[in-house]
Amino acid sequence: MPATDPDFPAARLHIVTGKGGTGKTTVAAALAIALAYGGRRTLLVEVEGRQGIASLFDYPPLPYKETRVAVAPGGGEVLALAVDDEAALLDYLDIFYSLRRAGRALRKMGAIDFATAIAPGLRDVLLTGKVKEAATRTVGGKRVYHAVVLDAPPTGRITKFLNVTAEVSGLAKVGPIKTQSDGVMAVLRSSQTAVHLVTLLEEMPVQETIDAIADLTATHLPVGAVIVNAARPSLLPPADERRAIAGRLGVSRVAAGLELAGLDSKTLAKPLTEQAMEDAHRYAVQDESRARIQALARSTYELPLLPGPIDLSDLFELADILNAAGVR
Amino acid sequence: MSPGVLDVDAMLSDPATRIVVCCGSGGVGKTTTSAALAVRAADAGRTVVVLTIDPARRLAQALGLTRLDNTPRVVDGVGSAGGGRLWAMQLDMKRTFDEIVEEHSSPQRSRQILSNPFYQSLSSSFAGTQEYMAMEKLGQLRAMGDWDLIVVDTPPSRSALDFLDAPQRMARFLDGRMLRLLAAPAKAGGRAYLKVVGAGFTLFARILTKILGAQVLTDVSAFVGALDTMFGGFRERAEATYKMLSRPGTAFLVVATPEPDALREASYFVERLNNDAMPLAGVIINRVHRSAVPKLSGQRAETAAEALEEMGDQELTAAVLRIHAEVMFTARREQRITARFTKAHPEVALREIPALAGEVHDLAALRVVGAALAGEQ
Repeated sequence: MPATDPDFPAARLHIVTGKGGTGKTTVAAALAIALAYGGRRTLLVEVEGRQGIASLFDYPPLPYKETRVAVAPGGGEVLALAVDDEAALLDYLDIFYSLRRAGRALRKMGAIDFATAIAPGLRDVLLTGKVKEAATRTVGGKRVYHAVVLDAPPTGRITKFLNVTAEVSGLAKVGPIKTQSDGVMAVLRSSQTAVHLVTLLEEMPVQETIDAIADLTATHLPVGAVIVNAARPSLLPPADERRAIAGRLGVSRVAAGLELAGLDSKTLAKPLTEQAMEDAHRYAVQDESRARIQALARSTYELPLLPGPIDLSDLFELADILNAAGVR
Repeated sequence: MSPGVLDVDAMLSDPATRIVVCCGSGGVGKTTTSAALAVRAADAGRTVVVLTIDPARRLAQALGLTRLDNTPRVVDGVGSAGGGRLWAMQLDMKRTFDEIVEEHSSPQRSRQILSNPFYQSLSSSFAGTQEYMAMEKLGQLRAMGDWDLIVVDTPPSRSALDFLDAPQRMARFLDGRMLRLLAAPAKAGGRAYLKVVGAGFTLFARILTKILGAQVLTDVSAFVGALDTMFGGFRERAEATYKMLSRPGTAFLVVATPEPDALREASYFVERLNNDAMPLAGVIINRVHRSAVPKLSGQRAETAAEALEEMGDQELTAAVLRIHAEVMFTARREQRITARFTKAHPEVALREIPALAGEVHDLAALRVVGAALAGEQ
């Protein structure tokens, strides 16, 4: 068994992005579980203050503290952290300026909100800085987390979010924040990081995925896998699927089957056949989208559509699929 | 009691309806819905402009939005013999902000502001700038008076409430004490101000300087100094637009999909509109799955499929039945989720739009969506 995913063997920091509505939080959670298989510990991080992880794992809102949310087969565990930008700034003030108490006073004044507002890049440096810290943290020479998975901002904002050096270039040219952003950037651009893109097999999410890969590549950020979510397996036999897409599925054949099953073929055969043909259009769109993704020549994983709302057992099912596909 | 059905045509054809705002969380089809409403209203004889925020490329092309000049352009192929016409534009937030600056200050001043690094980051990446500029643009379009109906798509924010809150948040920020205090050293030219503002703020300014560098504060000071004449204006403008939205000529449409997250956002928004006494027209639920054969239950279809699979040689009919079962189960789940919403908000008019097989990127497809919005299917 390979120790890591053969496609990005050195990746410790998995950044998961995707167009809104593609299920990137679900995929990030499944990935964190899959990477914890075999007695490992992983950390799942969110940065947008949505508490999406807590609701997915059916937990009360997460505090700003690494909290265990699931165990994985073989004794592994998944911890989760909701990084809050205010708390991250307070942390930062504490670490570099020993200013925790003053920081609290500033928070009361609304100054923290203000500081992150006048320098939007600051916020992203603090958030990515926290993620980098967790991904590279060691105790006694051993890494604390086998992997850190970030439920990142959507594809439209991902390159900007990760390109922290450029974002803070307008800020202090020297000093801790510059050192911090350079350190974060070095990790983000290294083979320790993989940016994964979640997409549905639909035209717009696939287009955004293609655009985001181009942007990330141009910014020298390491693109990992394309993870197709909510793919619907075709139910029709292949030859019938082709007929259905062409709109030529035979009503009489369906009627014969319905008779055998003891159903009223007279009223059912036609609408059921039409429904199957309409459904086949979605497979056609899926197939087209899949072809566009394959043309990207990236490693690709495919997860099936599950009848939601997604719960913990669904996450394990998805993690099993990723694990079986080689994600370690 | 079942909730009322949203009568889109009545809303669009009522000359008293002057503004339609489509809100909702990201990915629910707001842009498509706004475009479809605008096309339908123009076809019905109204003079319409649709303000889109971030349309998909092919939808933008369908609306003739090939030139991004922050100005409405006529959409060919839409309208009626009775004089209906459609204009469309895509919001350019930076440009809208630049134009406000240019309009309210001397050429020299505005050059100073526009080249200020702090202004540049504020106008392109401040959280809420897009929402504020969408509101601002809406106010401008209304003031121009060239259209009798304005349809607005709202920015793709995480929360639908951002559209209502972000402009005032930003105006508060721009007009706020904090920004003025930071600018004070430049204006006072000395340290006397420290006594006035207190030690907490001094500490704050010191830390900011340390973290962000002295240059940022210098830029902020210069920006505030140059912007001085406009202060107060930001909040006033944001408030004026907000008030305009609460008048009867406005109709808010909340767009959602039959998914828990989208309907939760829709709920928040409906409650907020109620609290603020803002005019909610109704909720549109996009991408609803329905079967053409509701009388055959999902369970029966599945049982029959199993029986046929055991018999063998009947893969086609078995698959057709399994497809039906899937549609029925999806439909039932969606109905449960929607019912939760309607129980909480029985007074809100609803319209469900069936899921479309293809994507919408031409006028013909927008008209199909428009017909569905009007309940013609």
